[in-house]
Amino acid sequence: MPLYQVSDWLLDIAFILYVLSSVVFIVAMTGKNWAGRDPKQHEIKFGRIAYWMAVIGFIAQTGYVITRWIAGGHSPTSNMFEFMAFLDYCIILAYLIIYRIYKLTVIGAFVLPLGVIMLAYSYVFPKEITPLIPSLQSYWLHIHVTTAALGEGILAVGFAAGLMYLILTIPQKVATKSTRWLEIVLAVVLMLVGFIAMESTFARMDQKTVFEMTQPSTTPTGQASPQKVEYTLPAIVAPANSTIMKEGPMSPWFTAPEWMEGKDAARKLNTMIWSVISGVVLYGGLRLIFRKRLAAAIQPSLEGIDPDLVDEISYRAISIGYPVFTLGALIFAMIWAHEAWGRFWGWDPKEVWALIVWLFYSAYLHLRLSRGWIGAKSAWMSVIGFVIILITLVVVNLVIAGLHSYAGV
Amino acid sequence: MDQRKCECGHTNPVGTLLCESCGKPLDIELVEQKEFPDMRYEGMARRSQTYTTRIVDRVWNTFSSVKIAIWIIVVILVASGLGTIFPQQQFIPVPVPTELDVERFYTDTYGVLGTIYYQLGMHNMYSSWWFVTLLVMLGTSLIICSLDRVIPLYKALNKPRLNQHKSFLKGQKLYAEAPKPADRSEQELLEQTAQALKKKGYYLFQTDRALLAEKGRFSRWGPYINHIGLILFLIGVLMRSLPGFHLDEYVWVREGETVPIPETPYYVKNVAYKTEYYTEEEMPQKLDLNGGAIAKSYQTDAILYLNRNADIPGAKPDLVEVKSGPIIVNHPMKHESIYLYQSGFQEMQLGALNFTLLDVKNGNKEIGPIKLDLYNPERDIQVAEGYKVRVLDYFPDFAMGKDGKPITQTNLPKNPMFAMEIVSERDAINEKVVYLEGSILTQKNDAQFGLKISMPDLIDITGLNVRTDKALPLVWVGSFIFMIGVVMGFFWQHRRIWIQFQDGNILIAGHTNKNWFGLRKEVEGMVQQTNLSVTLEDKSKV
Ligand code: HEM
Repeated sequence: MPLYQVSDWLLDIAFILYVLSSVVFIVAMTGKNWAGRDPKQHEIKFGRIAYWMAVIGFIAQTGYVITRWIAGGHSPTSNMFEFMAFLDYCIILAYLIIYRIYKLTVIGAFVLPLGVIMLAYSYVFPKEITPLIPSLQSYWLHIHVTTAALGEGILAVGFAAGLMYLILTIPQKVATKSTRWLEIVLAVVLMLVGFIAMESTFARMDQKTVFEMTQPSTTPTGQASPQKVEYTLPAIVAPANSTIMKEGPMSPWFTAPEWMEGKDAARKLNTMIWSVISGVVLYGGLRLIFRKRLAAAIQPSLEGIDPDLVDEISYRAISIGYPVFTLGALIFAMIWAHEAWGRFWGWDPKEVWALIVWLFYSAYLHLRLSRGWIGAKSAWMSVIGFVIILITLVVVNLVIAGLHSYAGV
Repeated sequence: MDQRKCECGHTNPVGTLLCESCGKPLDIELVEQKEFPDMRYEGMARRSQTYTTRIVDRVWNTFSSVKIAIWIIVVILVASGLGTIFPQQQFIPVPVPTELDVERFYTDTYGVLGTIYYQLGMHNMYSSWWFVTLLVMLGTSLIICSLDRVIPLYKALNKPRLNQHKSFLKGQKLYAEAPKPADRSEQELLEQTAQALKKKGYYLFQTDRALLAEKGRFSRWGPYINHIGLILFLIGVLMRSLPGFHLDEYVWVREGETVPIPETPYYVKNVAYKTEYYTEEEMPQKLDLNGGAIAKSYQTDAILYLNRNADIPGAKPDLVEVKSGPIIVNHPMKHESIYLYQSGFQEMQLGALNFTLLDVKNGNKEIGPIKLDLYNPERDIQVAEGYKVRVLDYFPDFAMGKDGKPITQTNLPKNPMFAMEIVSERDAINEKVVYLEGSILTQKNDAQFGLKISMPDLIDITGLNVRTDKALPLVWVGSFIFMIGVVMGFFWQHRRIWIQFQDGNILIAGHTNKNWFGLRKEVEGMVQQTNLSVTLEDKSKV
């Protein structure tokens, strides 16, 4: 059996374990108040089971990283699928470290679902192992991307703790600006979930819509080939200058503006529209089920947790993640850019967004250390910080085409 | 200078908030719970807090303020983001020779928003005067805020404050006061608490009535070190725009050709260029590439020469080889401060046209081969004994001009046109022919000579990017120092715990620059271990 098959299976095993672990973590938190139970005992017991599931899942994913590395001959960080799976690996790693320091069960109830979402997101991208193109053939690829992902993974834990702090402390009796924004954050998370759900459902249904571009492209060997664009999701928006070759489940409502560069731009836009729609539908559905704000529905499970501890965890994660991110996403990136292109900085969109993330967390640190922004303000900042990271990973990779864009959805 | 005298007898410099000797607040009549001076610099005088009237003072104070610093950071952040809405000019896909074309590009591709973007100068935002000004302001702020704080910090850290005034202790965020336990003497208690704290890694400063436990003092220098790193980094970045520090040239070199590198005394020769593709066996997994292929490497074998006559105007170049070897993506050729990068290629380009001269009237007898070098055609070509071809006219990229005269659109041989004269010295025949777009036009209908077209020579052209960045060491050193500072500041914290006895009470106070949660846990641990019954007030939470 080829090694890459083994690595795929190991990743599947890790995925299943993370899902199970998330479920058990949630049971550990919500089940505290079930009749006839000692809440403390319940939380400790289920928390421990969930933690070990996460550990075994992490070991399986370590196996995936190693086998895929050997099979491909390079670190599994060379395309969007590999990067997202690796980022997920880093999130779980950061969680395990933070858990060992603070032993707070509930952190897992936030981080593991986040891990599941990120891993599911990676499954959306083409999974084949591709050989490294010349511009990626450098050991800095391994060093830069792995360190940057680790930094982002640790910052993600800071986000999870920050979000938890907000759900825990924002009073839910009356609607305020805070409650509204908190719901928006949750809705954005649901958009990612909705997108993944849609994408994996339609991938199995074979309902592709195929467009052909009126302009042919040239292959690397110089032949002209007709350019096709395949949508997995039903088409709402068609690429500019194209004709439909194969009808999908619905006909497009409008055409993308012509300035959306590249043959995949319109498909990416289509995907984003579906994500927003599905997220809103999911959010609305959950609101109907719970008949209250989502944060209000989650809040009771967090009862009895010291908000100061959660605040501390969020800050600790960020103060560890910040140097790692600086090193990986900026310093190593500059060294590599110098080796590859002869300039350590070129204002490429991906570079700019790494800088934005870094400046944002720098502002966070000054506000927290010098101006006393702790608690809620600091938690909001940690949430916004991660949203900016998501923008860099998702929007910038998929929409703004720069030197760094990996091909993908 | 007006000196401030504390009740303990010590005279403090102007601007001091907490007496340097006993720690009693000087400025305010300390009413309970009133705003206690910021402990960050322990009430040492800071220029920005002391002088506020003159213009210099105001500028100084503005740049030393963290609030302003955060604003500068946020403005840079937002501006950077705006710069990515549409591509910067350097990334726009088509080569655009004039400003007008650039404007048209933004208007045509992005509509009205594109026009606005262009007119605001956002297409070259990162090198615009206002963006650079923002960076300079950040640098200024970094320098001034460090200068403003460094001496007060040194003073604050240099002399540990041991036996402090009660109001100093009471002013701390973490504070506890309780009657001294009757079962133990002061000495015993100090001994026990000292032991407990020592185990936690604290350094101890003791008198017979007071204890100060301190750890992680050096971490307070972290921010200064990281800011110094940033300052060096910014200087490095800004130095790039000085003449001579930065070089960015691009040369296209044909196989076999040697070209001068502009702005340098160097010449580079392209010995051979090749692109390699992955074979199927080399791929870890079968891929459907749609008939395409994945590139494995782009490589130029090059030789770098130094022109020893570079300084003598008009002198013939005198080249000596200084370096030779491959230039591969990610593996530039390096010589002193100059780097050559593989960054483009044009393969299978026309290099020379090949013909065979035929004697048509003699049963198409072949007379000899003709090679027309497209980059450097010879004027006279000796084909065979007694036969010559003379190039009359050559248009590398032929087109008809507006006035009906032939012109060349570029210097590149994209559509070569030759006008030639075939001369037979023996028969004194002189015939003109024209080569254009793959066919031969003869002047006369019953010409003596004809040309047979054979395979042209195809060559590869490599694009080399030549760069120098003399400020680079500063950039790396700055980054390195930044990292050291950040690690110092983040993985250690400065913590101090005071224990004193006054009027039969035990007083415990604690201060840290960050991570109050951790400090509180350590103090609580100490209280438990020594069986004290005190409750900690924690004013850090408000
Ligand atoms: C992009 C620019 C900047 C970055 C990345 C940066 C980074 C940092 C970091 C990481 C810290 C925390 C260090 C620690 O606690 O160990 C810090 C603290 C600090 N920074 Fe900056 N900084 C920047 C600009 C500035 C500027 C312009 C000022 C000028 C007012 C400033 C003033 C301070 C101060 C006063 C502290 C707190 C020092 C202390 O706690 O004693 N920073 N900075």
